[in-house]
Amino acid sequence: MKKNLTAWLCLLPAILFLGVFMVYPLIDVFVYSFEEGYNFASQSFWSVGFYNYSYVLHDPFFIQALKNTFIIVIITVPLSTGIALLISLELSSIKALRDLFQTIYFLPYVTNTLAVGLVFMILFKKTAYSDGLISILIQLFGGPSVDFIDGPYWAKMFVMCFYTIWIVMPFKILILTSALASVNPMYYKAAQVDNTPKWRIFYKITLPMISPMVFYLVITGFIGAFKAYSDEVALFGTDLNAAGMNTIVGYVYDMLYGNSGGYPSYASAAALILFAIVFTITTINLMVSRKTVYYQ
Amino acid sequence: MKTRTRNILIYMLLILWGIIVLFPFYWMILTSVKSYGSYNGEYVPKFFTLSPTFENYVTAFTAVPLAKYFFNTFIFTVVTTAIMMVVVVLSAFAFARLDFKGKDILFSLFLSLMMIPNELVIITNFVTITNLNLRNTFLGLILPSVTSVFYIYLLKENFEQIPENLYKAAKVDGTSDFRYLTKVMLPISRPTLITITILKVIECWNSYVWPRLITDDQNYFLVSNGIQEIRENGFGRENVPAMMAAVVVISVPLVVLFLVFRHKIMEGVARGGTKG
Amino acid sequence: MKIVLEHLTKRFPNRNKKIKEDVVAVNDFNFTIPDGKLIGLLGPSGCGKSTALNLICGLEKPSEGKIFFGEKDITELPPEKRGVGLVFQNYALYPHLSVYDNIKFPLENLRGENKLTKEQMDKKIREAAKLVQIEELLDRRPNEMSGGQQQRVAIARALVKTPEVLLLDEPLSNLDARLRLQTREELKRIQQETGITTVFVTHDQEEAMSISDMIVVMKDGVLQQMGDPQSIYDEPANLFVASFLGTPQINVFTGCIKNEKVCIGDSVLLDAPGKDDLEVYVAIRPEGFVVDENGPFECTFVNREVMGRDTSLIVTHPEFIGEKIRAIIPSDEAVHEKDGKVRFSLKPKKVCVFDGETTERIML
Repeated sequence: MKKNLTAWLCLLPAILFLGVFMVYPLIDVFVYSFEEGYNFASQSFWSVGFYNYSYVLHDPFFIQALKNTFIIVIITVPLSTGIALLISLELSSIKALRDLFQTIYFLPYVTNTLAVGLVFMILFKKTAYSDGLISILIQLFGGPSVDFIDGPYWAKMFVMCFYTIWIVMPFKILILTSALASVNPMYYKAAQVDNTPKWRIFYKITLPMISPMVFYLVITGFIGAFKAYSDEVALFGTDLNAAGMNTIVGYVYDMLYGNSGGYPSYASAAALILFAIVFTITTINLMVSRKTVYYQ
Repeated sequence: MKTRTRNILIYMLLILWGIIVLFPFYWMILTSVKSYGSYNGEYVPKFFTLSPTFENYVTAFTAVPLAKYFFNTFIFTVVTTAIMMVVVVLSAFAFARLDFKGKDILFSLFLSLMMIPNELVIITNFVTITNLNLRNTFLGLILPSVTSVFYIYLLKENFEQIPENLYKAAKVDGTSDFRYLTKVMLPISRPTLITITILKVIECWNSYVWPRLITDDQNYFLVSNGIQEIRENGFGRENVPAMMAAVVVISVPLVVLFLVFRHKIMEGVARGGTKG
Repeated sequence: MKIVLEHLTKRFPNRNKKIKEDVVAVNDFNFTIPDGKLIGLLGPSGCGKSTALNLICGLEKPSEGKIFFGEKDITELPPEKRGVGLVFQNYALYPHLSVYDNIKFPLENLRGENKLTKEQMDKKIREAAKLVQIEELLDRRPNEMSGGQQQRVAIARALVKTPEVLLLDEPLSNLDARLRLQTREELKRIQQETGITTVFVTHDQEEAMSISDMIVVMKDGVLQQMGDPQSIYDEPANLFVASFLGTPQINVFTGCIKNEKVCIGDSVLLDAPGKDDLEVYVAIRPEGFVVDENGPFECTFVNREVMGRDTSLIVTHPEFIGEKIRAIIPSDEAVHEKDGKVRFSLKPKKVCVFDGETTERIML
C-alpha cells in the first residue's frame, strides 16, 4: 500500500503535465474541429458538423499548402536518404579523415534552423545591391539571373528542398554510418573468400543488413517532411501564404495565430487532416517494410 | 590503380559535401566581419575580406536586444531541462523499480502518447495558455515541454537493465528506494542522462514554433524568434552583416557544445534522437 | 547464531497462467542450523535452494512457517533488520563505485545510534579488506578486477557490517576451475576466522562436500537429507541423494531381494536378513568394486582409462541403468579378463540398496 502511494507520487508530475498538455488537447482538438463558427472571444459556436473540414479543403491557401508539402516530401525524402546512403558508404570505406568528415557532416544538426536559414536566404536572394551569390555563379556558367527567394515558384521550391535536405542530412548520415559499422565484418570476409563482386556484396549483404535502419529513416523522414514548417519560415519569412510557400503545419499555425489567425476550429480540422495523411503514409510504409525489410 | 582512382573519387565527393555543409558557416562568419559599406558595395560578393571589422557584433548587441534573447533562451533551456529531468527520472523510476496497481496499463497509455504529433495538441495548448493568462511569461513557455514520454521510455529501459541483484544487495544492506535511486541507479545510468540532457538542450535552444505562438512581447523572445524579428524588422532590414553577426552569436554556443561533447552527442542522437 | 526453520513453505503462482496450481519452491522445511557452522545447501538447479536462501535473508516472504535466528522470530522482519550479509552469484558489485565505496555502501545506510563516523567506517572497511586480502585493490573499479577478486570484494561488503549470518548464493560458480579450488579454501578460512554462521547454496556436490560442516540436500523443494558430508555420502537416505553425491557417479542397477539375498540378475551379492521378495535398486560406488577372479559379479569389459593414481574400468552389465559402469581400482592391480568378461567382488559398505518403488534406502 505504501509502495503504491510512492509510485503514484513519483508519477504525479508526469501524469499531470501529460494530462493537461497532451491528453486533454487530443480530445479537445476533435471537439474544436466539429464546432462550426467557433468564436474565440465569446468561446461560443453555433452548431456541430463537418463544415470546418469542408472549409479547409476548399481553402485555396490550404490546397497550396498541401501541394507544397507533398512536393517537399516527394523530393526530399528519397533524395536525402539516397545521398545519405551514398555518403555513409563512402565514409565507411575510408579510414583517414573519417572522424573529421563525420564531425563536419553533423554540424547542421546542432545549428539553429532559423539562424542558418537566414544565411541560405542571403546566398540565394536577389537584392538591389547584388543578385545573390548563387545566382551570380549560375550566370557565370551562362544561366539566367534567378531570384530564388522572391522569384518563380520552382526556384523557391528548389531552395526549399535544398535547405531541407541540408538540415536532415546529419541525422541520416549518422544513423546509416552507425548501421554500417554494426554489420559484422565476418560477412564481408566470407563474401570476399567466395570472390563476390563489390556491387553484389552491397545488394546482397550490406543493404539487407542495414535495411531496418534505412526504413526507419524513410518513415521518420516522411513524418518529418510532412511537418515541414520552420525551414520555410527561415527562408521566406513568417508570411508564407504571401510567398506561396506555405505548408500544412504553417497553415495550421496561421489559422491559429498570425495574420489570418483566431480560428482554432479551422486549425484543428487542418491538423487532423494532416494527422490522417501522416498516419496513412506511415501505415503504408510499415506494410511495405514488413514485406521487404530483413530483420535479424 | 583502379582502387586509387576510386579512392580519389570518394574523397572528392566527401569533400564536396563537406564544402556544402561548411560553406554557409563560412559565409555567415565572413559576412559578419565585412563592414556594412563594403558588403553592399560588392555586386559580386568577395570570398574573403582584408579589413575585418567587429562593429557588426557591436551593432547586433546594441541595435536589437540580442543579449536579452540570449538570456531568455538560456533561462528557458536550463529551467525546462532541469524540470524535465526531475519529471522523467521520477516516472522512469516508478515504472522500472516500483510495483503498483495498474502499472502495465498506465505504461501502455504513456507509450501510445508517443504517437501523438505535437501539431495536434499545440492548438489547445495555445488556447489553454492564453486562457490562463500565461502568454508572454516564462511559465507559459516552459510548462508544455517539461514532459517527454520518449525520454521516460528511454530511461526506464535503461533502469531496467541494471541487474536485479544490485537492488537485492542494496535491500539486504537496508538501502531505501530513494537512496538506491540516487546512489546506484542514477550514477549507473549517467550516459543516458547525459544523452537526454544534451538532446533536450539542443531542442530548447532551437525551439521556434511554440515560443512564436506564445510570445509577442520582445522581452520574452527566444533566439529563434529574435532572429526572425531581426530579419523582418531589425537593423533597418538591409544590414546583412549585422544580421549575420547575430546569427554567428546565436550559433556559437551549440557549436561549441557540440565540438566539446562531439562523441557523446553523436552517440546520443544515434540512440534516441530525431530532429525537432 | 543458530538458525531454525519451522514448517517453512514458499509457493509461487505458476508462470504458465493456465495452470492454477502454485509452484512449491520450498516445501515444509524443518531444520536447525547450528551456530558458527558452514552449511552447504545442495541440489540440482531449480530445486528451490536459492528460494530457501532468499527466505532466510528476507528477500522473499514465506507462504507458511517461521524462521528463528537464535530464539528470536524474524519471519516478519525486512532483510535490513535481520543482520544478514548476502553474497550474490554474480557478486552484484556497484559498477560505478570503487572497491572502497562498495564496501562502504552498507555502512552508510546505518542510521540513528548505529551511525558511524568517517574514521570508524574507514577502520571497518580496512579490517574487512584485510580479512579477504584485497587491501591493495581498494581504489579499483569492479570491472578492473578478476572474478576471484570481485568475489572477495563481495564477501568483504557482506561482512563489513558484521552480520550474524552470512549467506552465499552459488559463490564459486562464476570462477574457473583453478580459482574455484583456491576460493573454496579461502571461504572456509574466512568462515573459521570470523565464526559467523554461514549458509551457501551450490549445485556442485564436490564443492559442498569439500568445505561444509554440514550439507542439506534438496530436490524439488523437498528436503532429502541433512548431515555431515561423510555420513551423507556413506549413508544416503534415498536413491536421489546417492546418485547426486560423489564423482564419478554411483552405479545403479535394477535388482531384487530373494530369500534374504540381494541379487543383480543371477549374481548373488549380499545378505539381506529378514527381507524377501522385493524389487530394488542396487547402487554401487565406483570404489566399491574389487577385481576378483572368483567374485560373484560378472561384467563385460569395454575399456580402461588410466588416470595415474588409479584406473577406471569401464564395463557393462544388462541390469545396469545407464550406459557405462565405472569401477575405480588401484592402478597397480592386475585385471583378469576372460573372453571379454571381468569378475568383481564388492565392498559391502559401498553398496546401498533402495526400495524399487519409494527409492528409500533399505537398511541391511
